[in-house]
Amino acid sequence: MTRIEAGIGDLDTLDRLAAQDSPIHRLDPRAKVIATALFLLTVVSFSKYDIAGLTPLFLYPAVLLTVGLVPVRVLLRYLLIACPFALLVGVFNPLLDREIVVRWGGLGISGGWLSFGSIVLRFLLTASAVLLLLACTGYVAVCAALGRLGAPHLLTMQFLMLYRFIFILTDEGSRMVRAHGLRSFGAGRTTIRVWGSLAGHLLLRAYDRGLRVHAAMLARGFDGTPRTLRVSRWSLTDTAFVLGCGLFLALVRFGDPVDRLGSWCVGVFR
Amino acid sequence: MSHHIVEVKDLEYSYPDRTPALRGVSFRIEHGEAVGLVGANGAGKSTLLLHLNGCLFPERGTVRIGDYPVTRQTLPQIRRSVGTVFQDPNDQLFMPTVEEDVAFGPINLQLPPEEVEQRVVRSLESTNSLHLRQRPPYRLSGGEKRSVAIAAVLAMSPDILVMDEPTSGLDPRARRRLMDLLAGFTHTKIIASHDLDMILSLCPRTIVLHQGTIAADGPTAAVLADQDLLLRSGLELPLRVQGCPICGRSCGGHPRP
Ligand SMILES: Nc1ncnc2c1ncn2[C@@H]1O[C@H](COP(=O)(O)OP(=O)(O)O)[C@@H](O)[C@H]1O
Ligand SMILES: [Mg+2]
Repeated sequence: MTRIEAGIGDLDTLDRLAAQDSPIHRLDPRAKVIATALFLLTVVSFSKYDIAGLTPLFLYPAVLLTVGLVPVRVLLRYLLIACPFALLVGVFNPLLDREIVVRWGGLGISGGWLSFGSIVLRFLLTASAVLLLLACTGYVAVCAALGRLGAPHLLTMQFLMLYRFIFILTDEGSRMVRAHGLRSFGAGRTTIRVWGSLAGHLLLRAYDRGLRVHAAMLARGFDGTPRTLRVSRWSLTDTAFVLGCGLFLALVRFGDPVDRLGSWCVGVFR
Repeated sequence: MSHHIVEVKDLEYSYPDRTPALRGVSFRIEHGEAVGLVGANGAGKSTLLLHLNGCLFPERGTVRIGDYPVTRQTLPQIRRSVGTVFQDPNDQLFMPTVEEDVAFGPINLQLPPEEVEQRVVRSLESTNSLHLRQRPPYRLSGGEKRSVAIAAVLAMSPDILVMDEPTSGLDPRARRRLMDLLAGFTHTKIIASHDLDMILSLCPRTIVLHQGTIAADGPTAAVLADQDLLLRSGLELPLRVQGCPICGRSCGGHPRP
């Protein structure tokens, strides 16, 4: 198996996890989408130096992970794949922002390092929230929920197509790499020219495949509305879940639980 | 019922890169007919079939399905009555699991959930692939994919069944099963294939395409016994009509029904 083929295996891990059954899986997809949206908003609303304030938020992914039966290994692997982007975004901060903002004993921590840390934390939080949403709901169900929540038709459609296209692209890619490998007899270097041709072909083929898949969808009555097999009903549990998440997030954002806990501890031990 | 009639008149089509694929094709298929569509690679079979469900629109000429001409406005009705099994099952299977894929059509027809479930089970059973139900389609073997793709179309209970090379990639047992299944499907069917023996046993009528035009249209027994015609169109006599490979005797081009 080539690395690309293994990559496809990775891609559908989330969908396979979504087929499990757990209290989280049983929630209405809309409830999970709303909770995730609230969570994302909370995370990005923190100031850029605030690391302590962000830490309690890790409770949210931790709970979803445990109750939703998502293996930590899988989540970490996805995070690792996406991590370079976050690092790239944050890596210049320590160089640009050298003003010392916090002193810890003899150690001065510059604003750059703080904001770098906060970018990484925020990336970890947002990425795991979205990954967990997908792993406990499934991609198509998330798109359908977005649609039912009133997201524009075009947007949900784009999301759906993007997802299909990733599979098509990797599928065509793996076939081409295999065909190329079989006829290049492992001949050391692949020249730029060949790679260029492979890449060009890949795009054209994926585009053609995309058109044919779209035709097949239309042929089976697809009218742009993503629909799922099991249409869920909003229940009391869903309301409770959304309220619970909202309360927790509000507490973390406005209640300053770290300070409270800190002063409480100090009070107890005095 | 005038419902299941397929009428194609002077159909011409060139692909955007100016490859002429169909140059004046006309035929009429009555309700309940089973028609084989044969022709060499590139003869235009797939292109013709794509016109029957409105995936392509004629450049010149018309296509009518039942009471409707195929136009953008009539697409919903057309797609409700024409079920197409595409040449490459990879193009047709796009949902995360087999079950969801087969349910895709019925859900889009907005059937009630119980009915959807029933149709999924029934059509998967009829293609003997119920055990694949929870699997992701892109992980199946070629033949399994083909069976699921066929189930996905049967689940929509189309009035007219259009199939592009349905037996390619099937093992002999699966091919036989599919043929039995198709023989039991009494609505109109149009089957493009290189599997002339299958056409011989399933379709009383055959249309031969050659370079985008109709080279012959008539009773299958006569068309598929005409060696000159077949050679001209880049085809061969079906095995069953060829002489016996051991004694060389021919059964005279009269295939048993
Ligand atoms: N997407 C396309 N773009 C350009 N030309 C095409 C395309 N698809 C098919 N053709 C051309 O149209 C002709 C008919 O093709 P097709 O209908 O696929 O043949 P068949 O199914 O009988 O093998 C061929 O000459 C083929 O090269
Ligand atoms: Mg073809």
